[in-house]
Amino acid sequence: MPEPIGNVTIPRLFTAPMHILPLWPVSIALSRLARNLLRTHPEILRRIDKYQNHHFELDITDLPFVLRLDPARAQLRAFRRGAAPASDARIAGSFAAFLAMLHGAEDGDTLYFSGALQIEGDTSAVLALRNALDDAELDLGAEIANALPFLAAPLRQSLAPLERLTGLHLTRADTTPEVY
Amino acid sequence: MELVCPAGTPAALRAAVDAGAHCIYCGFADETNARNFPGLNFSRSELAEGVGYAHARGAKVLVAINTFPTAGKESLWHSAVADAETAGADAVILADLGLLAHTAQRHPDLRRHLSVQAAAANPDAINFYAQAFDVRRVVLPRVLSVEEIAAINREIDVETEVFVFGGLCVMAEGRCSLSSYATGRSPNMNGVCSPPEHVDYATEGSDSVARLGGFTIHRTPKGGVAPYPTLCKGCFTSGDKTGHVFEDAVSLDASKLVPRLAKTGVTALKIEGRQRSRAYVAQIVRAFRAVTDALADGRDPPALALARLSEGQAATTGAYAKTWR
Repeated sequence: MPEPIGNVTIPRLFTAPMHILPLWPVSIALSRLARNLLRTHPEILRRIDKYQNHHFELDITDLPFVLRLDPARAQLRAFRRGAAPASDARIAGSFAAFLAMLHGAEDGDTLYFSGALQIEGDTSAVLALRNALDDAELDLGAEIANALPFLAAPLRQSLAPLERLTGLHLTRADTTPEVY
Repeated sequence: MELVCPAGTPAALRAAVDAGAHCIYCGFADETNARNFPGLNFSRSELAEGVGYAHARGAKVLVAINTFPTAGKESLWHSAVADAETAGADAVILADLGLLAHTAQRHPDLRRHLSVQAAAANPDAINFYAQAFDVRRVVLPRVLSVEEIAAINREIDVETEVFVFGGLCVMAEGRCSLSSYATGRSPNMNGVCSPPEHVDYATEGSDSVARLGGFTIHRTPKGGVAPYPTLCKGCFTSGDKTGHVFEDAVSLDASKLVPRLAKTGVTALKIEGRQRSRAYVAQIVRAFRAVTDALADGRDPPALALARLSEGQAATTGAYAKTWR
């Protein structure tokens, strides 16, 4: 039986160097990604509606930093854990769980029921963000290639083999697993 | 048998159609439907596009307008019915007597289904709705046994639709005001059972705590199995006992009962979950389509393994085969 996706974590071999990685270039790249994504998917902000000015902390628990999303200003910035300014809502889970949810391979409520995803703070804002992103049917690789074109070719070549190797949902799920 | 599947967003509607739904039900993004959650539901143009997508692939779209209109604000519900008809919806799912009368008079060609929110659980009630408002299908409350459904079907002349999977309401649906005591809002009037603005999750020591309207209704070890924060499935202390006073935190899974339900004369099987993602919709719809296809071909339905997707990660056959406490 495969490992539940919420229990899959990034090996420390890969995350250890991130402890000394300066976060400002990460924040610049992520904010560029967020700007492009919100420009090409305007329905996301429409669905987030009155929660656009809320701040969301995305705590990817197997990374040595947290992300803070500010939808209204299209900012997605990285902070060392414990050093991020206060947010209205916090969503915590593994990188694998976030990817699976974003790519439509796993249901957010299912991850919550199993304890793979935890939320705190403004529940309404979390639901609005979750529903908006689910409806947008995003493919993170395509969005990164769109925002940072120099990464398009390496992403195109590496995502499918990496997905097979790691079991992470690195591309949008157009088909879902059989359950019978 | 017809498979009636949920869609909270246009993406979920497409996922349901692609996975084999015969019928999709959805609602407008306001308090006219009983899943009025942030970021969820359809605009008028999204509904029209969704109807086009479904019809092009042979599926139907039903629009749930199944809350009870507030006095003085009836126009919101009236315009929802008119806009559903304009969008090409195959039927509207209604609960309120006044809205049923309005729809029957002003939109006589728009097929009318009776929502589970109307709590019509006996032949007299169902026959009244059929005769007074030409209701063509009744969604039965989740409080009846298979034998009771068979008995009802023998005494009525309209189609029946029953829930087979998803969230399990154990109350008299459309009459439950439990959440009103904690939050001032209810599914019947506001379209939400546990309004998310009243839900608060917190970590206390090694526990995850869920509160509704300031009341702690669940405390589970951090990372443990968690339910929805609804009062009817809350864990409370009553006298010297602590437990789930009303109902355990489980979901309905009647997949094994589908052959028996078919024999009772049920027309349609309904899956709950408009608040769930497109991933959930695709997986559940595909699984239940395999069941209805097997029945249509005279084969034994496949066994489904869906507990992982359920609230509390546990399933029950509910009242269909239940001994009440």
